[in-house]
Amino acid sequence: MSSTGIEIERAAGFVKNETPQIVTSRFDVEDSHTLVGYLATGGYEGIRKALTQTPAEVHGEIRDATVLGRGGAGFPAGVKWGFMPPDVFPRYLVVNGDESEPGTYKDRLLMELDPHQLIEGCLIASYAVGLSQCFLYVRGEMALAQERIATALNEAYAAGYVGRNILGTDFSLDIILHWGAGAYVVGEETALIESLEGNRGMPRLKPPYFPAAIGLYGKPTIVNNVETLANLPWIANNGAEEYRKIGTETSPGTRMVAVSGHVKRPGVYEIINGTTTFRQLLFDEEYCGGMLEGRTLKAFVPGGGSAPWFLPDQLDLPFEASEVGPAGSMLGSGAIMVMDDTTDIPKAAHSLTRFYAHESCGKCVPCREGGTWLERILGRIIDGHGTTRDLAMLLEVGETICPGDFPHASSERLGLDAQRFPYQMTTICFVGPSAFAPIHSALTLFPEEFAERVRDVTDEELAASAVGAVPVELKGVAAQ
Amino acid sequence: MPRLNANNEMLAREIIARYPVRKSALIPLLHLAQEQDGYVAEDAMAHIAELVEVTPAEVLGTCSFYEMFKLHPVGHYVINVCGTLSCQLLGADELIHHAEDRLGIKVGATTEDGRFTLEKAECQAACTEAPCLQVNYRHEYRVTTDDFDAMIDRLNNADQKDPAAIPPHGTLSTVRQQIPSGRAVGAVAPELVTGPPVWMPTESAEES
Repeated sequence: MSSTGIEIERAAGFVKNETPQIVTSRFDVEDSHTLVGYLATGGYEGIRKALTQTPAEVHGEIRDATVLGRGGAGFPAGVKWGFMPPDVFPRYLVVNGDESEPGTYKDRLLMELDPHQLIEGCLIASYAVGLSQCFLYVRGEMALAQERIATALNEAYAAGYVGRNILGTDFSLDIILHWGAGAYVVGEETALIESLEGNRGMPRLKPPYFPAAIGLYGKPTIVNNVETLANLPWIANNGAEEYRKIGTETSPGTRMVAVSGHVKRPGVYEIINGTTTFRQLLFDEEYCGGMLEGRTLKAFVPGGGSAPWFLPDQLDLPFEASEVGPAGSMLGSGAIMVMDDTTDIPKAAHSLTRFYAHESCGKCVPCREGGTWLERILGRIIDGHGTTRDLAMLLEVGETICPGDFPHASSERLGLDAQRFPYQMTTICFVGPSAFAPIHSALTLFPEEFAERVRDVTDEELAASAVGAVPVELKGVAAQ
Repeated sequence: MPRLNANNEMLAREIIARYPVRKSALIPLLHLAQEQDGYVAEDAMAHIAELVEVTPAEVLGTCSFYEMFKLHPVGHYVINVCGTLSCQLLGADELIHHAEDRLGIKVGATTEDGRFTLEKAECQAACTEAPCLQVNYRHEYRVTTDDFDAMIDRLNNADQKDPAAIPPHGTLSTVRQQIPSGRAVGAVAPELVTGPPVWMPTESAEES
């Protein structure tokens, strides 16, 4: 029994299913994290094969496979690599293992259960684009992942898979394990670079939009997510053509998705990209097996805490960016958080907004001040001290962070049409807009839950605030 | 207020040598200082400043940005209870209240005996195993209030000599990366690199 009194089936984080497995194939192998276990299951064959080709050929293969970045933005990795200016060296690879988007839980498993697969991915990427050194940045709070990667690197160095003259060739590469110290914003790639340079982890002003031209130490730098790189050994082994046979034309391959919240079997699943629908994922026995007993679906966050929410109306959408965007949200980092009919919507929104307010690095004023105020105003409403003016103020603060129409889902119940993703923003990175996203979704899709919690502003209060006088109800207190 | 001891200073020099620019070693070295003392002492920061050749103010500037670095002593065990959405939906608020009652402290405080510090944390990437918490950054999954009590009893009776025991606050990975000198490529300052790595044909050559 959990503390909420809900009986939950005890499942390991990862749930194996029938879909083709690209990155999770070793997750149920007991010693998958060791070199012995990795080599016994085809490990380091991808880099062996890649080294028989020219770097340009390997790069071409990855580009043809169209591996969409798995960190959140979904930008094709091979294309991103191509943004590096020709003949400018040194070039660096920074692996983004700072997974911390609310609801996201996949990179940690990849690092803990199959660290060698990630290392091999780093080798392939580095060989393909002529990278001089690789930094594997692991989130500070992941002690086990750090241990598993350190052990794997030590094994790989000793066995000649990493370091000088890899597999007896001219190809040489150091992979340095680096770790953070607790800051969500460092997941943003330019903040990650700042952090790796030993600075406060604040995002850099754009442009340049990609650090491919000016990155670590001002040199061309590729920043790739852990899951993105974990796909490369399979592609090097099987080829782009085989990879593209899985999934759809625009979203090939598989992707890892974590489903959490009020479902029977929350878990991390590797699903077919592009075709699997949210309904399958949430309700099929193969995946989450439906809502907890006696409960119904109220809303879900489709792509990590930053994503605008979806309703049951959107369940039949597939895991395909070109369909989810026009419907008003994003696939983000593959994190679905499911809320049932018992969920207190304003409180749920507050939990997410508090996260982003807390994690603001403080560089951009709309995020630093706005996020904090969004969190406080919403907190006041939840505590029963809110007024209708507070609701307007939430939207006003949001408008300062994200001017113009903010994306949201359609609702048949409310007769509401969808507003497509993305949004405009006045901040450098997405932390600020992300503080507003849950509030905007909650207010737009469940207005009645806010209306019942706030009271109207009295005429006296309006008059008092207009002249800056002490509010009426505080006069007695002030006099004491 | 200790500086890094001789062994850790040696480790620090090894870590610095892995980076093309010394300052990149700053966060790993701050972790090393925290591992030594359980928190980041002022003298340790001054020592790190000497080693990476920046000012102590710059070290503090970086240190104070990151939540894991503690500038004052904390408990032997830091317990971080996740309060973000997935955990909140499945009882994180109750768990935090229970933790406060059981330990007799509020969130942010340390027990009088110095054993436990309680913190409310944000998403720990274990959302399917909610509600979750970490003890010195090691996960506990699907924690009920009874589980919590049992965990505290277990930690109170833990044998620190047991290698499987949770190490004291400050120790993250119990395994260090070791690069055998004969295998290392070696870091080169970025300004000293003028061409592609030896195994990389130049791009203009490739096009022809």
